[in-house]
Amino acid sequence: MSVEYTDSDRLLRVSLGPQHPSTHGVFRMNVELDGETVVKLKPVFGYLHRNHEKIAEGATYLSSMPYTDRLDYICPLTNNWAYALAVEKLAGIEVPERAEYMRVILAELTRLINHTAFMGFILGDMGAWGSALMYAFREREKILDLFEHLTGARMMANFMRFGGCRNDLPAGWREQVGTLVEGYGPFLDEMEKFLVGNEILLSRSQDVGQLPAETLVNGGITGPMLRAAGVSYDIRKVDRYGIYDRFEFRIPLGEKGDVYDRIMIRFLEMRESLKILRQAIDQLPEGDYVNPKARIRGFKPPVGEAYGRIEGPKGELGFHLISDGTPNPYRYRVRPPSFINLTLLEDMCLGLDLADAVIILGSIDIVLGEVDR
Amino acid sequence: MSVDATDIQTSIRAALPDVEIFLRTNPGPSGQHSLLVGNGDLLGVMRFVRDELAFDFLSNVTGIDWPDPAKADAVASDGALRSPHGFLEVVYHLFSTTKRTGPLVLRARTVDRAENCTIPSVVSVFRSAEFQEREIYDLFGIVFTGHPDLRRILMWDEFADHPMRKDYVAPDDYEYEPTPHGEVLERAQTHYPQTAG
Repeated sequence: MSVEYTDSDRLLRVSLGPQHPSTHGVFRMNVELDGETVVKLKPVFGYLHRNHEKIAEGATYLSSMPYTDRLDYICPLTNNWAYALAVEKLAGIEVPERAEYMRVILAELTRLINHTAFMGFILGDMGAWGSALMYAFREREKILDLFEHLTGARMMANFMRFGGCRNDLPAGWREQVGTLVEGYGPFLDEMEKFLVGNEILLSRSQDVGQLPAETLVNGGITGPMLRAAGVSYDIRKVDRYGIYDRFEFRIPLGEKGDVYDRIMIRFLEMRESLKILRQAIDQLPEGDYVNPKARIRGFKPPVGEAYGRIEGPKGELGFHLISDGTPNPYRYRVRPPSFINLTLLEDMCLGLDLADAVIILGSIDIVLGEVDR
Repeated sequence: MSVDATDIQTSIRAALPDVEIFLRTNPGPSGQHSLLVGNGDLLGVMRFVRDELAFDFLSNVTGIDWPDPAKADAVASDGALRSPHGFLEVVYHLFSTTKRTGPLVLRARTVDRAENCTIPSVVSVFRSAEFQEREIYDLFGIVFTGHPDLRRILMWDEFADHPMRKDYVAPDDYEYEPTPHGEVLERAQTHYPQTAG
């Protein structure tokens, strides 16, 4: 962190990061302060940039699949799904029913992981360093055990394939998910009980960082951030991709869109995810886990382009692919929710204290692997 | 719910008769056809689809490098505005949060890949384009006229090239950084004549 005084000697210019615990990775904010008040904030990133898109354009379609795990490394399975969905649109591949159910189960488990970890991180930003994160990670670890059992890897799953999934569910896995889902509700009750009325959380998060809903839509904000401001836009309901039209669940909406709403909306979303998980486990049919007609070797989609998107835990995760009929994509573009959700960071922070800026950044929920790509 | 690009084209033509707008058919199975808009009319069309057709959410902005125009015509054919020597293209994916429709795919093209590499910035209509246009400027070298803060965003400021272009050549050694060490060592040699030869 470096500090310098500006010419007028009134404003203090602070370079916050890139190595700073509250910045969630290598992320820097160039802040100008009038006393404690933020008058200018410019985010600086690119420290993790490895040009994911260029590398993917030089590789075959399938060999980018493990690389998508590394975008948002908290939720690899939703990244897999978004990419598989875009390629399936590009090539017109059907997905068997069982595979769709498996994808829904994995995506909702990933949403639980993301939102649980978020609770730990945001409380860490508010000063509860350690214990909240430890309990959040205890629950996350249980889900990661399930992922390891199914995919062989805790985090870097590389599990989806074009037209389905890589392997079938192992024996007893479904029952283990059932046990986990039953145990998750009480954990959420406990965590919520500690948080909802917590005085520090209330005073730090209420009326902090809200913007009008139209500004958020215009700024491209998606996911829990947008719904916390009362805009009912969830791609699971809008596009009804996969088989989301078969499940009964609601889209929780916030009222003010401040940091408090953003925290609480994630609690409510987790409860809806549990609902979806219960239904998916009950309805899971027998059948193929991958479309037997989908080609793996020598896969060449026809000439054309496609944009596929899903509701990732952080917002709209999209892939725009262009095929020129060769085994490599001509253009491979990731629409990263973390990156675009940062567009309005300055607007949210202006006029507030520097300490609020840290919490607002935490409430956006970014992963730098996806921001920098 | 997907949108019919032909209908959108008709309603834009009806309201803004002088606009250059062409349908580009997507031959692939996704069925996402696009509309190619002339550079001079881009902002007007963006404003029209936002205010009149309720496409209030610009989700994705992408750059594409087409050194070979024949490939661009294969992916999206039946249009005009062809450029003989290759061009760069920007693709916009718009959605409507109120009508819940999309994507509406718009495209805009630069004249060539060298001097006339400009496209008007749409940040004044859609704020979400701010960082994405900076990224395209950084990686493809398209200059967005009217952008409030057009700087590199992912590569470092001193970097000179645009790595997402198809003819970009990666350096042999990514870790190499020019430092004064080589020159300093050479000058130091003059103080030690016994080791110089």
